[in-house]
Amino acid sequence: MASDSDGDEDFVTYGTPLEPLEEDEPLKKPVPLHEQTVKDEKGRYQRFHGAFTGGFSAGYFNTVGTKEGWAPSTFVSSRQQKVEKKHHARPEDFMDEEDFGEHGIAPREITTSQEFSSSRRDAAGEKARAVHAQAALIPGDTLLEELITPTRSSVGVELLKRMGWKEGQGVGPRTKRKARRQQTDGARGVYGAVLPPAGSEESEDEEEFAPENVTFAPKDVTPVDFNPRLGLQGLGYRGLDPGRALLGLGAPEHIDLFRPQSESRSRLFGDAQRGSRRGGVAGQAFGVGAMEDDDDEEVYHRDSMSRYDTVLGGEEPGDGLYGWTAPQQYTKKKDKSKDASYLGKILEGFTLAQKPSEGITIFPPPSLPRDYRPVHCFRPSVEVLSLSGVSPALAEALRVSRGHMVKEEPQQGGRHQLDSSQRRALLGEDALQGPSSVLELLKPEDRERLLSLRNSSSSSNVPAPKTQPPASHDALRWGGPAAAAPPAVAGVAASSGLQQEALTVWKGVQTSSQTFRPFEKNSSKQARYELYLDRLKQGDKDGLEQSLDPGMTEWERSRERDEFVRASILYRPTASSLSCRFTRAKDPEEDDGTVEVPRDQEGDVDDKQAAVNMKMFGKLTRETFEWYPDKLLCKRFNIPDPYPGCSLVGLPKVKRDKFSVFNFLSVPESRETTAAPKPPEAGKRSRWDVSQEEEKKKKDPLSQLLNDARNQTEIKEEQSSPPASGSAKDQTETMSVDEQKEKKDEEEEEEEEESRPPMDLFKAIFASSSSSEEEEEKSSSSSQGESDGEAEDKDATEGRVEADTPALNLFGIAVHGSSQQPAVVRPQNFVQEVKEEEEEFGPKLPPPSAALIRGGPVSVEKPNKRSREKRHKNKKQHKHKKDKKKKKKKKHKTKGKQQKKSKKETDSSGEDSGGEDSGEEAAQVSTQELLKRLKHVRSLESW
Amino acid sequence: MAFPEPRPQAPQLPQHLLRTIDCQQGAVRAVRFNADGNYLLSCGSDKSLKLWSVSRGTPLKTYSGHGYEVLDADGSYDNSHLCSCSSDKTVILWDVATGQVTRKLRGHAGKVNCVQFNEEATVILSGSLDGTVRCWDTRSRRFEPIQVLDEARDSVSSLKVAQHELLTGSVDGRVRRYDLRMGQLHVDFISSPITCVCFSQDGQCTLSSSLDSTVRLLDKSTGEMLGEYSGHKMKGYKLDCCLSSKDTHVLSCSEDGHVYFWDLVEGSLSLKLPVGKAVVQSLSFHPTETCLITAMEGRVQVWGAEPEETEEDAAAT
Repeated sequence: MASDSDGDEDFVTYGTPLEPLEEDEPLKKPVPLHEQTVKDEKGRYQRFHGAFTGGFSAGYFNTVGTKEGWAPSTFVSSRQQKVEKKHHARPEDFMDEEDFGEHGIAPREITTSQEFSSSRRDAAGEKARAVHAQAALIPGDTLLEELITPTRSSVGVELLKRMGWKEGQGVGPRTKRKARRQQTDGARGVYGAVLPPAGSEESEDEEEFAPENVTFAPKDVTPVDFNPRLGLQGLGYRGLDPGRALLGLGAPEHIDLFRPQSESRSRLFGDAQRGSRRGGVAGQAFGVGAMEDDDDEEVYHRDSMSRYDTVLGGEEPGDGLYGWTAPQQYTKKKDKSKDASYLGKILEGFTLAQKPSEGITIFPPPSLPRDYRPVHCFRPSVEVLSLSGVSPALAEALRVSRGHMVKEEPQQGGRHQLDSSQRRALLGEDALQGPSSVLELLKPEDRERLLSLRNSSSSSNVPAPKTQPPASHDALRWGGPAAAAPPAVAGVAASSGLQQEALTVWKGVQTSSQTFRPFEKNSSKQARYELYLDRLKQGDKDGLEQSLDPGMTEWERSRERDEFVRASILYRPTASSLSCRFTRAKDPEEDDGTVEVPRDQEGDVDDKQAAVNMKMFGKLTRETFEWYPDKLLCKRFNIPDPYPGCSLVGLPKVKRDKFSVFNFLSVPESRETTAAPKPPEAGKRSRWDVSQEEEKKKKDPLSQLLNDARNQTEIKEEQSSPPASGSAKDQTETMSVDEQKEKKDEEEEEEEEESRPPMDLFKAIFASSSSSEEEEEKSSSSSQGESDGEAEDKDATEGRVEADTPALNLFGIAVHGSSQQPAVVRPQNFVQEVKEEEEEFGPKLPPPSAALIRGGPVSVEKPNKRSREKRHKNKKQHKHKKDKKKKKKKKHKTKGKQQKKSKKETDSSGEDSGGEDSGEEAAQVSTQELLKRLKHVRSLESW
Repeated sequence: MAFPEPRPQAPQLPQHLLRTIDCQQGAVRAVRFNADGNYLLSCGSDKSLKLWSVSRGTPLKTYSGHGYEVLDADGSYDNSHLCSCSSDKTVILWDVATGQVTRKLRGHAGKVNCVQFNEEATVILSGSLDGTVRCWDTRSRRFEPIQVLDEARDSVSSLKVAQHELLTGSVDGRVRRYDLRMGQLHVDFISSPITCVCFSQDGQCTLSSSLDSTVRLLDKSTGEMLGEYSGHKMKGYKLDCCLSSKDTHVLSCSEDGHVYFWDLVEGSLSLKLPVGKAVVQSLSFHPTETCLITAMEGRVQVWGAEPEETEEDAAAT
């Protein structure tokens, strides 16, 4: 505004000056009311109406919509344009866009009405929000909150404010600290208005002081956070916390979903654990997956309604902005600094990941060799099938029929299922020098017979030759009819090869109950078939001819012969249910040909022992194997299966040819594998044996030396002998010669052990022997009531239970009733028992009474020898026990044997050198063990 | 606001005898705390298993049903079940409250030396003289074990479970750790027959005592030896060893009637607690507090860090 008072030049004018007032100009008349006009956004005039018509004109010159007026929507439905849905007339149908507009009746846009943008907001709230915004994920960002404003503070809030409530406080009377706590405890079961639970009042600063006359407003409640679920577990799952497990107090907790700080609820929503006082292991597997097979188990956590509130207690906590499901970010302010450094767009409720997700490493495909040509060679499978005796259709039908056939005929498989000799035959190579498959497994005398039979058959064209030499039978089967044999004979020869196979498969098989009955429809034929199978099992090679019906024609018989042979091969016995429970007994007669060997053999024990002696634990003494836990075990432990889709359980095993070359190839690496296939050992080999072999190795230098020498001689013998002589018989002989030198007295025992009875018998005997042995050694106590029926023991025990210590001694006397001085007799027995015990079981339990141990000195000059003698005496005395123990002995058989052997050797060496101390510096266990026992004995005696 | 934590006190050792419980059940073969340490289980040679209150020393329940002496026992995390094993080759799952046999598990071919629940008490693991560890399912009605671990070549003398790992000690001188999560079996060769194995509380180490009168602390992951503790006598008997609740000390029973405490880090003998004249057969350390229970012959003794006032008060009044 410029003024024209003094000098125009001195002023700078801004803007447009008003028109200068002229003195005589009449005042401008205001526009009369009827001439004032209102236009809408489209420039049309709008006329004001009275209040009766709503203020504005609503349409086209006071009409609606168009010149024609307003036309309501009509229902039109034709064949081409069908009305999708019959919608009822809604108020919106009768409105135009003006009505939907900002000032319309039903505005469809987000608007901030006057009322909400009022200045009623208190400064404190603004400030708090600003502070909060600074601490929020996006600093200074209150945009979202400003955009979405609360509709209106409720009447309740208004009232509360009038009553003095401030934002940030809880609702309720001001209380002293203690009283308030009690209230929150007591408020749980009360209906109606319940104080909102005190939120994080366990914070430490509040615990510090609580003046008497100061009251506090109750704390405001805090909304809840929703943490994203990180794990793979189901909702509400919480893993076991071992630290909490040890705190105990595993009592079921009251689940209160309506208390925001309730632990179980926060657990339900994946909240982090607060410092709660609850202990005990909790946590559960949450349900069963759809893929899991067994559904009759109790997998759901047992729960009861008593652990839940059935009544909504108290009002909804929080500021009304969020329910109890509000994000925890409103209360939890920690870890914000890290997030604040990230200025990107992070939505509220989200946090930055703790660690960056690892990118998927993509491995390049293997590089192809330069001269690789992608050409696939198909096997001539049709030829192979036609070569095999069984028609493919029949084989397929049989295979499908019952699933009883474990192994298909090798001919029908691909090239991977052929064994080496078959591949060799296909390729036309010469046979390798070495033991060939079938004949190898036969006894020498059988082989002799076979050879003679072959000679006779080749010379005099017998219609059904029983056997063929393996090479030619391979050749016949694979190379077609050999040139030498006439075609007619070739067919028979092929079938005889099959017969031989069936014989090897069925021979020695005990289970006959569950074999498949292929000729069930024809009972007589089935009977003949079973007869044939029986003969097969007995190893009768003429069984086929004998089991056939002599009344049939030659053609029928030959047909049935073929059928039987094929069926017997196809339905070979499985023994799968048993094989998992037993280690196969390896009688030399039983020519199964393979041994189940743990795939990963334990390394050399000598090295480990040396490492232990040098106290170099770690890599040298640690071995790691692949081990397959059972699927169900993983489920029970709540962990994923480490090898999903793998049906193996335990240590992986491989079948290894018992006398294959590879067993001998491993000679230089570890001597225990050389020892393993030795027939006498292998014949009764169990998992105990390997350790025995090892222990034998580490026993004492003498036995080790002997062992080495023996191994060398054996290897030499094997080398010198023809390849076929790697058979069982030869080895048995060499071995038995060795053994005869060393342990003659063990012979009868071994012979007893030759045949392995079923498990039940084993168990029963093992059980009773162990208990009886313990009975003896554990002098005192305890009665075993059930097994052997030692009535006096029982009586004594019961007597002892009633009266304590005197009965103990009594018992000791009762058992060794002949002895007048239990204190003297006792230690001797004890020594002996210790020895026996350690041989078989290792550590034992202490005697129940110390009086028995501290029996007083007994003069034992040569405990070693003496105890050995005693042992022998003992053996004689307890002959019956021995018999019972026989089975157990077998289990520990090699062990006992070796130990005895080594002990004997050490004894002799000790006697030769004049003292058992000579072997002390040697690290081998057996001497150590012996010395230990000696020391033990001495210490006992010195007491 | 929190004050800075006071300097950690030197760990106290449970060297004061709080009370002696005469169990009246023959020799106590094993004594075990329950999960929270308020109760103890004593396995008697008179075929009974007894539950006691530690604080009062009163018998709470007797569980009878075994056919021969009870060798080991364990309580489930929620105190609802017990399991025990015996020389009668069985493992029994007990209901705590009623004292009834919930399940009797047969299958071992020899006496069962050790038994443990897994953490959720869904599986019972038992190690036996027959050299096997059997995993029994407590949830289903199957009476066959889920899996039989027959890797041991001799009697399994001790067994512990921690989370997904199973630790077994065997008389063949090997400590085997089955890692279910990784599907691996780690075998540590100790050479002397193992009598007891333990996990440390932090789960990083294994403790194994063997018949060469040595307790060894091995690193769990590598098998390296972290400490070797000797001085006690353990030559013929199957005795227990354990770690204190805060992993500060290694404890072992001894045949000379003492319990030996070694400092875990330094390996020095910190205390030789005289328990009695006979063999200390079993011991168990309280899961959280400084409290030890030992078993000798027919008695169980409770040891605490400080002499208990209540008893004195009671005696005074």
